[in-house]
Amino acid sequence: MTYQLETAANPEKLRRVAIDPVSRVEGHGKVTILLDDQNKVHQVRLHIVEFRGFEKFIQGRPYWEVPVMVQRLCGICPVSHHLAASKAMDVIVGAKKLTPAAEKLRRLMHYGQMLQSHALHFFHLCSPDLLFGFDSDVTQRNIVGVAMAHPETAKRGVLLRKFGQEIIRVTAGKRVHGTGSVPGGVNKSLTIAERDLLLKDVYTMVAWARDAVHLIQKVHTQDPGLYNSFGIFRSNFMSIVGHNGDLDFYHGTLRARDDNGKIIFDGVDYQQYDKYIEEEVKPWSYMKFPYLRSLGKEHGWYKVGPLARVQNCNQISTPFAEHERREFVDYAGGSPMHAPLAYHWTRMIEMLHAAEQIKELLHDDDLLSDDLMVQGERAMEGVGVIEAPRGTLFHHYRVDENDLVTMANLIVSTTNNNQAMNEAVRHVARRYLHGREVTEGLLNHIEVAIRAFDPCLSCATHALGKMPLEVELVDVEGTQIHALSRA
Amino acid sequence: MTAPVVIFAVGNPSRGDDALGPELCGRLEKWLENRGLAGQVELVEDFQLQIEHALDLAGRQLALFIDAGTGTPAPYSFRRIAPASGMAHTTHALPPEAVLQVYVQTESQPPPPAYTLCLRGESFELGAGLSAAAEANLDKACELLGRLLAAPRLADWEAIASAAGCGQT
Repeated sequence: MTYQLETAANPEKLRRVAIDPVSRVEGHGKVTILLDDQNKVHQVRLHIVEFRGFEKFIQGRPYWEVPVMVQRLCGICPVSHHLAASKAMDVIVGAKKLTPAAEKLRRLMHYGQMLQSHALHFFHLCSPDLLFGFDSDVTQRNIVGVAMAHPETAKRGVLLRKFGQEIIRVTAGKRVHGTGSVPGGVNKSLTIAERDLLLKDVYTMVAWARDAVHLIQKVHTQDPGLYNSFGIFRSNFMSIVGHNGDLDFYHGTLRARDDNGKIIFDGVDYQQYDKYIEEEVKPWSYMKFPYLRSLGKEHGWYKVGPLARVQNCNQISTPFAEHERREFVDYAGGSPMHAPLAYHWTRMIEMLHAAEQIKELLHDDDLLSDDLMVQGERAMEGVGVIEAPRGTLFHHYRVDENDLVTMANLIVSTTNNNQAMNEAVRHVARRYLHGREVTEGLLNHIEVAIRAFDPCLSCATHALGKMPLEVELVDVEGTQIHALSRA
Repeated sequence: MTAPVVIFAVGNPSRGDDALGPELCGRLEKWLENRGLAGQVELVEDFQLQIEHALDLAGRQLALFIDAGTGTPAPYSFRRIAPASGMAHTTHALPPEAVLQVYVQTESQPPPPAYTLCLRGESFELGAGLSAAAEANLDKACELLGRLLAAPRLADWEAIASAAGCGQT
């Protein structure tokens, strides 16, 4: 299956623009655009050089090591992998229902991660675009530029990050490489001192999260011509939803809606995910393209992440976030919002929900309990799914009688959004680049569209000196005629 | 009480030579304990640097950022760094200079004197161990840290950074 602008008819006759790698996106991202002599766009592809060595890295290890080891797959969202693997291994050890303390401690860890991840994205990665404009000076378009122009905003971003990291530290045992979640439960509860330390600041965090929602709401609604249309495409949505259809990042059943909001499936036990989701391989990309089996490759692809979750759920259980969800739904006018830039608004609603959930949990004495572990009948296969900051994350394992992992399959959030991101990039290329001289500011429009999804490319390698941004214009003969670099 | 020196050791232990930072951190932790210097140096290990690390700079006399590098001369470079506002950002990670700048902007004061110790790495594959070349670089970096931390003083660090072969980027 190919889509409009996915594959040009005569690529050998076209000029190639490559954005390699995409800045402020983890790992290696590359956009190639094929233009003709009049700068008309004929082909646009987002290539994500996803490392496909996950399975080998995990295979052969004892199952109880996996929740710790998988954190090393990604330096950006190690907690997501830690918890998804733990949930899969809960099934392996027969822990059908965790103790209240264990589930709440895991949830606290997860909400801490959602808070810090969403704060990082909003205040660090996208606020430069939103506060300065997509065409602004490249040297200003970063967190340091934000800090200079908007010091209070930048400081809040830093402190929200720090608060989320502190939650991870006290629940996982360490700031990084934590071991808090284990198959069947957790190995650590909170001390009173740890809880009180967090309680001291949580009300401020809730207030700042509310302010952040109002800030992005204002930015979005003041320029509807841009924010409601930039990179827009229609698609299905998918996420897990919790009890009664609540927004739930940690546990629930799979729900998918079509582009009009009509339910495609609901209440699906994620242990059966592979009966509902298939992954397509395309020759030009290392990353797979998942789709809903019932709709097929052409119509079955979908969006995940904040924009999907906030519109897929029936309601949000915390009052401030629910109020903001209703505001968002009202603004959308009763039908699903598909604009990629609306991800920012919904991401902040989720950050507010995470902050409120943290506040509620910190008042729950179950966090101090020592009743942390359960076990049951041993199984040979398990699936764990959570809603990671960037979207639905699947971990699927088989384990042999010697407790060693024999099969691992991961579908990470960014893979779930692969087709959606490609569609957004194609729309932006068509709208802003078509027939125009390519400039750095115009190319940043492409990156703005990608950043809206907050992709994480499964790469924690970041050695100094790596990952410059280079843009090359190459003529039909392959000769470089122009280059831009941000290194 | 805040330790006068903070050392950030950055990298992923399971990605080949990206483990140089965590490996060095582990060795350093034992060395500091054996010398009775653990209270003088706070070690912060992470996958990568982020905006909140700026807060770890508060109240320090010296700061050191340890990381693996690809374009670094072997065995390492050791150099003084300054806050930088106009630097390009990779992605979810910040370079050390930008962490210093975030500190300036959020704390409204200059950061402590800061240095980078960048060890040359060769291979960064998931699941790979340290390369032989990286192991050798690690040993040499340990020797340097012994000199830097036996009695940490700005003048000594400055002299070492200025010495031939150590001031390279």
